[in-house]
Amino acid sequence: MIDTLIDITLLAFLVFTAVAIIRMRNLFVIIMLFSLYSLFSAGLFAVMDAADVAFTEAAVGAGISTVLMLGTLALTKNHEEKPPSHLARLPLLVVLVTGGALVYGTYDIPSFGDPASPAQTHVGPYYIQHGKEDTSAPNIVTAVLASYRGYDTLGEVTVIFTAGIGVMLLIGGRLMRKQKRKDQR
Amino acid sequence: MIDIIFGHYNYWIVVVLMMAGFYTVISRGNLIKKIAGINIFQTSVFLLYISIGYVEKGTAPIIAEGYTVYSNPLPHVLILTAIVVGVATTALGLALVVRIKEAYGTIEEDEIHDQDMSL
Repeated sequence: MIDTLIDITLLAFLVFTAVAIIRMRNLFVIIMLFSLYSLFSAGLFAVMDAADVAFTEAAVGAGISTVLMLGTLALTKNHEEKPPSHLARLPLLVVLVTGGALVYGTYDIPSFGDPASPAQTHVGPYYIQHGKEDTSAPNIVTAVLASYRGYDTLGEVTVIFTAGIGVMLLIGGRLMRKQKRKDQR
Repeated sequence: MIDIIFGHYNYWIVVVLMMAGFYTVISRGNLIKKIAGINIFQTSVFLLYISIGYVEKGTAPIIAEGYTVYSNPLPHVLILTAIVVGVATTALGLALVVRIKEAYGTIEEDEIHDQDMSL
């Protein structure tokens, strides 16, 4: 019962924060609200029994993302969004239609927390029953991440490596270029 | 009726959040705000997956004596990967914003289009 209450309250907070992000113009405020949004969702993950995801979201989503955005804000020196010149009617229509279709689609999803839903009856129970014998790690998330689906994690590392190279190519040479210009003078 | 509401409340809110992020991306011109919108969308997808993995009266999937019902570990693993990949793409997007600011002197979409005379 208390779980449901916390769940409903946190989800309501998330909606308020998202609406505030849409309405605010000051980019610093937007970034701080986004950090708050991540923190609320981390709390929600903890309520829904996903402890590892909650840790990661709190550290990576609320922490590193915010730092990256603040760094960008400092580099671009743009603190205020330009007010929109006209009311965006077409985007609103697109969003309402898409949202309506998605809500219609949720009626086919089994109810929240249903132990007999298809997601709970295929490979999940196998991991829970055999995970400890197979890998001797009591935390099943660790067992799946590092052993059963280790190749996924390898792919993830490849993605991060590629993104790191991309960031370096885009802005890594900035400081050197500036230094060269200074030397020429 | 009340069962449907409590059983689908999570999914409906997830859809609302998803659409809030989508709306920010397609209606606002500021590039940093667009990236914040993409992040909101991303987090709502995480919430959808974790909601599907939740089992009533279950506990976190760490094997311990005295517990038999655990939530599904597979969505948790997928979302752990997705969170980290999400930060990598955010970093790349923000690097692009910094580069655009350097080249155009602005991060407002319409001003960039004006300079390129592309709209």
